[in-house]
Amino acid sequence: MKGVRHYPGFLAITLVCLAVLYVPLLVVAVYSFNASTSITKWGGFSLRWYVDVFTGPEAERFGLATWNSLTIALIAASIATAVAMSAALAMIRGGRFRGRGASYALINLPLMVPEMVVAVATLIFFTTIGLTTGYLTIVLAHITFCIPFAYLPIAARLSGIEDSYEQAARDLYATRWQAFRLVLLPLLGPGLMSGWLLAFIISLDDFIITNFVKGAGMETLPTAIFGSVKQGIKPNIMAISSLMLLVSILFVSLSYIINRRGRRAAP
Amino acid sequence: MDVAVSIRNAVKRYGATTALAGVSLDITNNAFFTLLGPSGCGKTTLLRMIAGFEAASEGEILLFGQNIVDLEPHLRPVNTVFQNYALFPHMSVIDNVAFGLRMKGVEIAARRAKAGRMLELVHLSALADRLPSQLSGGQQQRVALARALAPEPKVLLLDEPLSALDLKLRQAMRVELKQLQEETGITFLFVTHDQDEALAMSDRIAVMSQGLVQQVGTARDIYEVPVNRFVAEFIGETNLIDVEVTRVSDGMADLVLPSGQRLRCSSAATATGRHALSIRPERVTVTPDGQLTATVERVVYMGSDLRLLTRLEGGREFTVRIQNAARTAVPEPGARIGLKLEEGAARLLAD
Ligand SMILES: Nc1ncnc2c1ncn2[C@@H]1O[C@H](COP(=O)(O)OP(=O)(O)OP(=O)(O)O)[C@@H](O)[C@H]1O
Ligand SMILES: [Mg+2]
Repeated sequence: MKGVRHYPGFLAITLVCLAVLYVPLLVVAVYSFNASTSITKWGGFSLRWYVDVFTGPEAERFGLATWNSLTIALIAASIATAVAMSAALAMIRGGRFRGRGASYALINLPLMVPEMVVAVATLIFFTTIGLTTGYLTIVLAHITFCIPFAYLPIAARLSGIEDSYEQAARDLYATRWQAFRLVLLPLLGPGLMSGWLLAFIISLDDFIITNFVKGAGMETLPTAIFGSVKQGIKPNIMAISSLMLLVSILFVSLSYIINRRGRRAAP
Repeated sequence: MDVAVSIRNAVKRYGATTALAGVSLDITNNAFFTLLGPSGCGKTTLLRMIAGFEAASEGEILLFGQNIVDLEPHLRPVNTVFQNYALFPHMSVIDNVAFGLRMKGVEIAARRAKAGRMLELVHLSALADRLPSQLSGGQQQRVALARALAPEPKVLLLDEPLSALDLKLRQAMRVELKQLQEETGITFLFVTHDQDEALAMSDRIAVMSQGLVQQVGTARDIYEVPVNRFVAEFIGETNLIDVEVTRVSDGMADLVLPSGQRLRCSSAATATGRHALSIRPERVTVTPDGQLTATVERVVYMGSDLRLLTRLEGGREFTVRIQNAARTAVPEPGARIGLKLEEGAARLLAD
């Protein structure tokens, strides 16, 4: 059999795909170091836009938005991870129960529903129950859509852990809780960690749903950037976008490394 | 004698399948007791019921007289050596061994000392700080053993703990396990489908098949006086021939061999009529004046002994095992030979 490399046009198609995917990111990253105010003309290397992000006229607005984004992501990822872990335990360790298939579909459905629909529905829901949109509604909405993302790595990890470890613990006089805390939880750790990181990134990055449920005057980093871009793209947006990209790459790499380590240490 | 575990009419059903169809057993204290049977006969199920991982559908399990069927696993004073060992991968060897003591609330210095002694017992003191993944299969098996013995359970349950080891190690571990049992005085309930293992170690053996206990006895009992066809065929090798029984009394039977010769032997059958007679291959000698006549078909060289695959008059296959000694005259294939049953070689089976 011929390797995929030998198909005609393989190289060209690959290069086009890579270019479409990554050239825009590269442009943003490179132009964030542009010395000129133009976003298209290169005026030499400078860190002025990074300085501008932290000290310029929009610094306070971005600072607050970043703080909101980080705290919301922290809360939402943590709660979503806890919920996802409980769900995974029920689905994988709970034996057979009625509605197991339906539960599985329910947990994963948010991955398939168009985000726009969720955004509208969530807003209508909050309005109906009379919840004022703001920080709290963003957190609630984020928890919901983070659960399936946290669930995936946790469930994958859990189904790789044989239940004989917990049984061995129970056999050695551990209560249910002790068996969970001293044996299952440490083994599940890498899954929890990468589930949490994934949820954190997803929350940090969300725009559509956040934009619907954030209420007036409340900004997260993505909505603040969008607001700023509406008045015209300045190079400081490129700097802030590059910073976000960096954080995302860091988190995803971390999640990947933790997962791989966990897999290697697994029995 | 003290009874450690008493199982009374235990039944386990999984939906439509019946894993245990009413098992009753008494296991004496301080004994090495083995459950022996083919794959799927319910051995693991019974063990898991005693450990508390499966609920009995019916019946009682008594541990030193106390009914334990409703106790949670962590409240039962029994420990298990799992088939796959199930060592905690994130804990060092010593922490694994000390785990049971930790759960029992033994303080750290005392439990580490005890765990250290257990590791000495299984010759693994040098590896105390390793992780399970850094051990060989045989070493893991010993750690699992030490871990289960450390809290001094009243009964130790072992589910085919040697099956993952190679033959040499397995044979060495048989001796060690038996020694450990004698040294600790703990009742061992050992599960295996390997009859050599069972015969070599056990004080008593329960032979199981299809969710039922077929026979309980010493190794000698089940080998030499099997009660039925299943036990005779499952334990070791045997020849079964159909005979006509003319009289039975007091566990002895008078019967007519296919050759027309009469024979008196021990009997599990209680009625006259046609029954199966079990004859062990090594309890037969080749002589011209035998009770049976056979034609040699093949001679198989086995090292320490030779196996003659013969066919009796009437067409039944019959295996004879003879020692590979210098003075043994080995018949050629095609030769007609006489077979003489040694005293007590034959056993009449019930079904
Ligand atoms: N959880 C279960 N659900 C349904 N059937 C089961 C379950 N566990 C065991 N069985 C059935 O019960 C019977 C006995 O199983 P068990 O594991 O006790 O056999 P075993 O004697 O230990 O066999 P082996 O030597 O292969 O380990 C088998 O027919 C098996 O298919
Ligand atoms: Mg089994």
